[in-house]
Amino acid sequence: MALEDLDIQIQSVDDDFADEDVSVFTTGKGLNEAVVREISRVKGEPEWMLNYRLESLRKFNEMPMPTWGVDLSQMDFAEYTYYNRPADDLTDNWDEVPETIKNTFNRLGIPEAEQKFLAGASAQYESEVVYHNMLSEVREKGVIFLDIDSGLREHPDIFRKYFDTVIPYDDNKFSALNGAVWSGGSFIYVPKGVTLEKPLQSYFRINSERMAQFERTLIIVDEGANIHYVEGCTAPAYSKDSLHAGVVEIIVGKNATCRYTTIQNWSRNINNLVTQRALVHEGGSMEWVDGNIGSQVTMKYPACILAGEGAKGTVITIAVADKGQILDSGAKMIHLAPNTSSQIISKSITRNGGKADYRGLVRHTKKAINAKSKVECDTLILDAISASDTIPTNIVANSDAIIEHEATVSKVSEDQLFYLMSRGLTKEQATEMIVMGFIEPFSRELPMEYAVELNQLIKLDMGDNAIG
Amino acid sequence: MSVLKVENLHVAVGGEEILKGVDLTLSTQETHALMGPNGNGKSTLLAAIMGHPRYEVTEGSITLDGEDVLAMSVDERSRKGLFLGMQNPQEIPGVTNSDFLRAAMNARREQPLNLFRFIKALEGAIDDLGMDENLAHRYLNEGFSGGEKKRNEILQMKLLQPKFALLDEIDSGLDVDALGVVSNVINDMRQGDMGLLLVSHYERLYKLVPPTHVHVLVDGRIVAEGGMELINKINAEGYEWVKELGVDIREKEEKQGIMLGVCGNKVTQ
Repeated sequence: MALEDLDIQIQSVDDDFADEDVSVFTTGKGLNEAVVREISRVKGEPEWMLNYRLESLRKFNEMPMPTWGVDLSQMDFAEYTYYNRPADDLTDNWDEVPETIKNTFNRLGIPEAEQKFLAGASAQYESEVVYHNMLSEVREKGVIFLDIDSGLREHPDIFRKYFDTVIPYDDNKFSALNGAVWSGGSFIYVPKGVTLEKPLQSYFRINSERMAQFERTLIIVDEGANIHYVEGCTAPAYSKDSLHAGVVEIIVGKNATCRYTTIQNWSRNINNLVTQRALVHEGGSMEWVDGNIGSQVTMKYPACILAGEGAKGTVITIAVADKGQILDSGAKMIHLAPNTSSQIISKSITRNGGKADYRGLVRHTKKAINAKSKVECDTLILDAISASDTIPTNIVANSDAIIEHEATVSKVSEDQLFYLMSRGLTKEQATEMIVMGFIEPFSRELPMEYAVELNQLIKLDMGDNAIG
Repeated sequence: MSVLKVENLHVAVGGEEILKGVDLTLSTQETHALMGPNGNGKSTLLAAIMGHPRYEVTEGSITLDGEDVLAMSVDERSRKGLFLGMQNPQEIPGVTNSDFLRAAMNARREQPLNLFRFIKALEGAIDDLGMDENLAHRYLNEGFSGGEKKRNEILQMKLLQPKFALLDEIDSGLDVDALGVVSNVINDMRQGDMGLLLVSHYERLYKLVPPTHVHVLVDGRIVAEGGMELINKINAEGYEWVKELGVDIREKEEKQGIMLGVCGNKVTQ
């Protein structure tokens, strides 16, 4: 048996279903100043936000397309719709949610998931949050967990103090685009010393052809507080290109801890270009747990700016690239203070001609005395037509920094398959077991339900060309 | 009673013929010892019976109760009751020993084994083998010592209850005490309806697990057969005597075999 014969495919995505379009308001295709003004007007935003959007638009038009990483030259910004609003009002009553939207959520298993372990769910459908619920623990502890529009409306002071401080609109072309047309996303503020026992969750979903989704999330974890936020994405497949350009800003206060978990499973026609960055103060800890399974193109490099002494950053990331997918992901760790530490664990799986690259940056600045970093990149290539590159950049500007880098590339070995099959497992089961074992360092970090969901997403369908 | 029958088996590895016509019939409740100098085909025979893809059967047949084993995939062979205890068990990172064992046990059942029964069976087997309980929760063979890996093979055999167990140097890496424990488990299973094919160089295993039949495999053929007296003879005299039977002993060439791949132009002898 040759390794090329391993015809492994992701089980056809059951989530690829589209409900009838229930949008009640849309700006139509294309992007210009009128569209931006209209979005701001519909949302009833304060003047400063309108001006921010317009300045972002100006910057977006000015900035060139990035020329590194994945070739995006085929993107046509005139072809996307930049704002869609599905339901008239926000509701926290499940009964009031439109039936077709409910069907989608039911198929995604949201209500059950919520009952079992979630502290609150803000499920995003197209661009607007339609269902929003918080359990008593969250409210009682004074945690603010809102959709981002409500966050701006109800907590303007906190919002304005932190918005755009970690990822300025002119950071890159897609953060500028997001600044102009952002809509939906979560706003979370965790007060000093508050620890949430259960993770908070938000579900995102695109359901409209050529509809762009520009979610904006702002999370502030105040001094000594501790939170785990879980974001899941899934989208139905369409033939036309769709764009997702989210921005996630996180502020981790002194001695605070934040974990942000996401498994991205966009349909295979979506360009997923996301900027995620956390600013970590003294003694704080930020953990990105980042899974990338779907999309046609993903460019995503969760970052930690370790600004205070003893700050810690962790990124655990997996990418599973199948036919036609280019997943360019990794992490950035910027050490600005003494005794900061960071760890990056990257696991890539490629099959059926998919491409998954690790692109990472570790920078120790002059002030980052006694900083430590560890980078571990492992790749499992399941056939001869798939590819993976590891592109690490390490920059050290002081004399006593420690950066360790380990990288492995492997194939599913014939001997491992033989061993498992000789105990009665089919080739599919054996390969699945080896793959699951490979990503175990990632999946063990997930809440139980997500780990189960991940297993289903990666479920292997290898036909019956059995070994021997 | 079941019968595993190997007839006129020819096996090539990388185009080179290793087995040149082996005949062997093994019934349940029998224990066969397979002896012979290194590099003469013992492990090849076991791996070919189990169906390792690197071992190409060029001629001959293997049947299990009349069914064509060569037409079966590796996992089918396992589910039909063949078991290979390997010389170098593979390490599978990230997969716990207990998850693996449960999947393997369920692979041969209509209804999955309930968790309670599985845990009971596993704990019992771990206890019988004097293994560390933690081994169940560690990743499959990863970081196991040589002895732990071998015990883990026997653990699998005990839980999977094969009709025929082929054990390839199961005694290597085991100290005297561990060998005693492993032998007890094997002997226990021999009381039932199981056939054994043992490969070992050492008399000490055969003293603890006395074979009913002994075969000597030299240069890809079985050149002598008998009982314990054959083991005693080999133990006393080595294999020089087989030359009197007109057989050439194949010198161990495993190291050179690797060179073949590297140089790419070594002439096959």
